[in-house]
Amino acid sequence: MKRITIDPITRLEGHGKIEIFLKDDGNVENVYFQVPELRGFEKFCEGRPVEELSQIVTKICGVCPGCHHMASGKAIDAVFGVEPPPTAQKLRELFYMAHFVHSHIAHFYALAAPDFVVGPTAPVSERNILGVIGKVGVEVGSEVLKQRRIAQEIQALLGGHQTHVVMNMPGGVRKGLNEEQRKDIEKKAKGFVEFSQFSLKVFNDVVLGNKEYVDIILNGPYALNIYSMGLVDQNNKLNFYDGKVRVVDTLGKEHCKYSPTEYLDFVEERVETWSYLKFPFLKKVGWKGFIEGQESGIYHATPLSRLNAADGMATPLAQIEYERMYSTLGGKPVSATLAMHWARLVELLYASERLLELAQDPEITGTELRAKLDKTPREGVGIVEAQRGTLTHHYWTDEKGIVTKVNIIVGTTNNNAAICMSLKKAAQALIKTGVDVNEGILNMIEMAFRAYDPCFSCATHSLPGQMPMIVNFRQTNGEIIRTVRRD
Amino acid sequence: MEFKPTIVAFLCNWCSYTGADLAGTSRLKYPPNIRVIRLMCSGRIEPTFILKAFREGADGVLICGCHPGDCHYHEGNYKCLRRYVLLRKYFKQLGIHEDRFRLEWISASEGKQFAELVNEMTRTLEKIGPCKIKAILETFDKGED
Amino acid sequence: MTNSEKPKLKLAIYWGAACGGCCVSVLDVHEKLFEVVAAADLVFWPIALDVKYKDVEAMPDASIDVSLFNGAIRNSENEHIAKLLRQKTKVLVAYGACAHLGGIPGLANLSNREEIFKRVYDDSESTTNPEGIRPVPNVQMPEGELSIPTFYNDVMALDQVVDVDYYLPGCPPQTERLVEVFMAIVTGAELPPKGSVVGASDKTQCDECERKKTDNKTIKRFYRPWEIVDDGETCLLEQGLICMGPATRCGCGFRCLKNNAACRGCYGPVEEAKDPGAKMMSAIATMIDSNDPDEIERIVDQIADPAGTFYRYSMPASILRRKIIKNESPRKT
Repeated sequence: MKRITIDPITRLEGHGKIEIFLKDDGNVENVYFQVPELRGFEKFCEGRPVEELSQIVTKICGVCPGCHHMASGKAIDAVFGVEPPPTAQKLRELFYMAHFVHSHIAHFYALAAPDFVVGPTAPVSERNILGVIGKVGVEVGSEVLKQRRIAQEIQALLGGHQTHVVMNMPGGVRKGLNEEQRKDIEKKAKGFVEFSQFSLKVFNDVVLGNKEYVDIILNGPYALNIYSMGLVDQNNKLNFYDGKVRVVDTLGKEHCKYSPTEYLDFVEERVETWSYLKFPFLKKVGWKGFIEGQESGIYHATPLSRLNAADGMATPLAQIEYERMYSTLGGKPVSATLAMHWARLVELLYASERLLELAQDPEITGTELRAKLDKTPREGVGIVEAQRGTLTHHYWTDEKGIVTKVNIIVGTTNNNAAICMSLKKAAQALIKTGVDVNEGILNMIEMAFRAYDPCFSCATHSLPGQMPMIVNFRQTNGEIIRTVRRD
Repeated sequence: MEFKPTIVAFLCNWCSYTGADLAGTSRLKYPPNIRVIRLMCSGRIEPTFILKAFREGADGVLICGCHPGDCHYHEGNYKCLRRYVLLRKYFKQLGIHEDRFRLEWISASEGKQFAELVNEMTRTLEKIGPCKIKAILETFDKGED
Repeated sequence: MTNSEKPKLKLAIYWGAACGGCCVSVLDVHEKLFEVVAAADLVFWPIALDVKYKDVEAMPDASIDVSLFNGAIRNSENEHIAKLLRQKTKVLVAYGACAHLGGIPGLANLSNREEIFKRVYDDSESTTNPEGIRPVPNVQMPEGELSIPTFYNDVMALDQVVDVDYYLPGCPPQTERLVEVFMAIVTGAELPPKGSVVGASDKTQCDECERKKTDNKTIKRFYRPWEIVDDGETCLLEQGLICMGPATRCGCGFRCLKNNAACRGCYGPVEEAKDPGAKMMSAIATMIDSNDPDEIERIVDQIADPAGTFYRYSMPASILRRKIIKNESPRKT
C-alpha cells in the first residue's frame, strides 16, 4: 500500500505526524494521526508539595500556561477545601480573560486568516500573515502585534511571569491590583472590545462575503457530527474560568452536565499502540471506534463545541454575534469544523467584554487576597476551559499536602479522536483516483487539523515566501516512487 | 569474588583523624577498604563532596567529626550535622539505601570506637551489596532492549 | 527576500521535549520582530514554518549559522534531531532551562519509563485499558507499519547528547536577554568562549532582588508558602520560605520575586557552582538555627521536598542525576 508521511506536522504547538495510506486505485484507505511525545507530568508531580504544582504544570504548555495554572489553582483550592475570596477569584478571571485575548488574536490572524482572507488554494507565497496584511492593510498587522503585546502585559502584571504564571496560592492569589493599574486595564479592555469587533468585521467582509469560502465552510469535507463539550455557568452561558461541564449531543440536546468532582463518571480514555496521546470519549455513550454520530462517544472540546454546548454568551455584544453565527449557519449544533474559526472570534469578543466587566468591578481592587486554610488537604479537581478545550486537573495528597497521585485531561487531548477523523475525512475527500496530489491539496488537508488550534501556531512574523513541504510516495518496501515538492 | 565495599571517609583533622590514627598505631584491625580524606573540620564538608563520592563509585560514605561541644572551630560539627540530616532526606528520595551514608562523632582518643565503626559499616555494606550509582550513571539509559 | 548587501543569518529554532514557551519567548520580541526578520532567515521552526525533517537532512553541513535548541532530550526523536542539527549548524545554543539543564521534564528522572507508562496508561483513574495496551516504537497495522520514537528511561540535557556552543538559560529566557544575544551575533560582536552561559549575569538573584536583606539569616522554622503571610518586603529566606535565589543566576529581572513568589532556580547555577542543588542544600542547612539533633531533624522535616525544590530544573545535569530504582540493571548503549 502506498503511503504519504507528513513529519513533522507544523504550525501548531507540539509534535505530531500524519500517515496516509492509499489503496492501489489511489483512494485513501486510512489515515493515522500520531503524537510522538510524552513527558510524564502525571508521574513526576508525585512527591511534590501540592502548592508547587500550579507552577510546575504551567510547563505542560508554554502557550496556554495560564490555563494549566488556573485549573491547577482551582484543584489545589479544592484539595484544601477552600474557596478564594471574591477579589482573588475576580483577579484570576481577569488574568484569564487577558490570556484568552492574546491567544485567540494570535491564532486567528496568523493561522486561520491566511486560509480564508487570502484563500486556501491561493499561491503559497501569499498564504501567510503577509498576504493577510496585503489584503487588510499594514495598520492591521501592527495592530495585531500591539494588541497581543498589551494582553501579554496585563498577564505579566497580574500573573507575575507573562508566560509561566506564578499568580496563584492555595486559597487565593499573591498580589492585588491598585486603582491606577485598574484604570489602565479598563482602558486597554475597551481597546480589546473594539479590536474584537473589528476582527469579526474582517471575518464578515472577507470570509462570509465570499461565496466560495462560505461553501468550503458549509460543504467542504470538514464536517464532523459528534458531541460538543464546554463549560457553562448557572444560566448555561459560556464561562471560561468556572462552572459545570456541559455536553450536548449531535442534535443539540443536553447529554450531561457535571461538576468537576464528577468527571470520572462521564469521561473515559483509551490507549492505542501507535500514539502516546490517549483518546477520551463519553463513558455513557461508549467507544464504538473512530466513527461519528449519536451512537459514538467521540466528542470535541473547541470554541465551536463550547458555543454549541452553551445556551448563549453572558455578555451583550458577544451574544449578538453568537446569534448571528447560528442563524447564518442554519441553527444549533453546528458541525462544520471550519466554523471553529468564527466561534473563536465570538469568544474573543466575549473575553474582551468580560475583561472590561471585571476591570470595572469595584471588588477588583480589594485587599482580601487569600482564604484561611484550616482543613487537612486531601483531594481536589479543578476544571477550566483552555483555549483548545476543557482542561481537567485532579490531585490527591497525603495529610501534609504532599502529592500522591495526579490525573490530567488536557484541552487538545479531548480532540484527539476528532482530529484523527477530521484528517481522514479531508484526505478521503481530497485524495482520490486520478487526483494530482499537489500542495494545494496538502494544505486543504492541513486545514482540517488547524481548525482545532492544537495549542499554538503563531506566524506573527513574516513567513518565508515559500511554505516548503516535501511529500514522498513510497512503495511498501520504502522505495520512493514519486515526490511532490513545494519548496 | 567476595564483595569488598569501598568506604570513603571524611575525617576532621583534630579529633576523628587522630582517632583513626590511634586505631592504626594501636594495631586495631579494621578492613582496609576505607579511603580516608582528611579535612580541617567536618564543617568543611559540603554536599558536593558526598555526591561526588557516590558518583565516583563509593559503596558507602562516612563522616566523622568531633563530639558536640568539642569542635576545634566551635560550631563546625553542628553545621556538618545539619547538612547530613538534609542530605539523608535527599538520598531517600533518590533511592539510596540509608545505611550507605553515616555520620559519627569520634574523639582523638577513640581509636577502638573508630575501628569498630568501620568494621560494622563494612559488614552492613557487604549485606546490602555494591552501590549501583556509578554503574548506572556511567551511561544514559535509553531503555532499548 | 534576501538582502544583497549582507547575507542574512540562517537561524533555526527547534524543540525537543518542550512546552513551546521558549518559542513564545522568541515571538515576544513583539515589534522588534521586524528587526529580527531583517537580519535573519528562519530556515527551520516547526511551530511556525512548514519545513520538514527531510529538508533539514538535505541542507549542507554547517550551513545553518545559529540553531536555538530548546526542550530536553526525552526520546529517540529528540536525540536524532539534536544530532542532525549539530551536524548542520555552526553555532548550537542550548536555549532555555530544559536544553541547558534538563528542566521540568528532568523531574521524570525521579522515575523511569515503566513507572510513567504504568501511571499514564494503566493506573490513571480516567483510563480504561483492560488489555494493558502500551504505545510501542513499532507496530504492524493492517495498512502498514507505524512508528513512534522510543521513550528513554533517562531525561538528558542537550550537552549530554551533542557538543553545545552556548547556553542561554531561563524558563523561558527573558526575551530582552535573547534580543541582546541575537544583536551581538548579528552585529558581529566577539562572542565569549565556547561553552559559556550567555544572556544571564554572573551574579545571583539576590543581587537584583529588591527585598530587604540583613546579615542575620538563621532559620528556626521553614514554612510552606501558605502557612504564613509574607510581609511583602523582607527577604523570603529570612521569613522561612525557601527561595533558590542565592544559587541562581539573575537575568530574568527577578520576575517571580516581583510577584511575591520565591525563585525556583530556572536560570541555573552560577559558574562556580556546577551542581546548584548541592550548594543550595549546603547553604540552607547552614541556616538552620539549632545544634540539637532532634530539633534539627524536626526543622529539616519542614523542608518538604529537597529533590524537587533544590533540583527543580536541574536534575539531569546534577551530580546524581537520577533516582536509583530497585532492580534496575545498568544498560550499555
